[in-house]
Amino acid sequence: MARPITPLLWMSFSAGGTIAALLFPIHLFLTGLAFPLGWLDAPSYESLRGLLQHPLTRVYLFVLISLPLFHWAHRFRYILYDGFQLYHLTRSIAALCYGAAAIGAAVAACLLWNVA
Amino acid sequence: MSTDAHYTPYHPKWYRRRVSVWWWLKNRTYAGFVLRELSSVFVAFFAIVLLWEIRAVLEGPEAYAQFTARLQTPLFLALDLVAFLFVLFHAITWFNAAPAAMVVRVRGKRLPDWVVAGSNYVGWFLLSMVIAGILLRG
Repeated sequence: MARPITPLLWMSFSAGGTIAALLFPIHLFLTGLAFPLGWLDAPSYESLRGLLQHPLTRVYLFVLISLPLFHWAHRFRYILYDGFQLYHLTRSIAALCYGAAAIGAAVAACLLWNVA
Repeated sequence: MSTDAHYTPYHPKWYRRRVSVWWWLKNRTYAGFVLRELSSVFVAFFAIVLLWEIRAVLEGPEAYAQFTARLQTPLFLALDLVAFLFVLFHAITWFNAAPAAMVVRVRGKRLPDWVVAGSNYVGWFLLSMVIAGILLRG
């Protein structure tokens, strides 16, 4: 890993971790459990479409998806090194993890940019 | 093994005992550490679910209906339940670590740990209420 970007990766790790900690539990609880199980009334398709129309929602969703993905990349690469003792693969694992996060962020940007 | 010469730091002795891949199961602290790191896998899982949901909403009402029907299958309910527990674990360990990660000083005096952690929990609660309010309105 090139040295100068280490602090940047670490910052995205901590920003993504904070966003995942503050915002993921409620989103996951509603979208993954409360709405599918009918505990609470899910928003209608029209209202979600309307929310997506708003630029602020799109910026919010982009941050909500991309930064936690970099947080994942940072932690997952250390699981692979330390957990599975793959120290000799350090560079390829880092490239794979951050690459996957970058692809996810790019997909989010494309989807949200093209909202008509 | 590549045949390229590569730099290795000087080491007087290279003897290392092999450690089992399951080393972290022997001790509660280690298990907590590994589970906390593993929570990131579920964070990524939910980020992908969010991408999938956005795509479904953009594609139209049928695609969105298909998405919600898929989330009602036992497989996704089970995955979401496990993911929710891991994300909660991540949130709690993250907020509890905040005082150690960030030293806040007010007029030269360090704020006590419980104030830093507590403000994180208050922020968590308020943000959750706002998001629930927005999503439950429609």
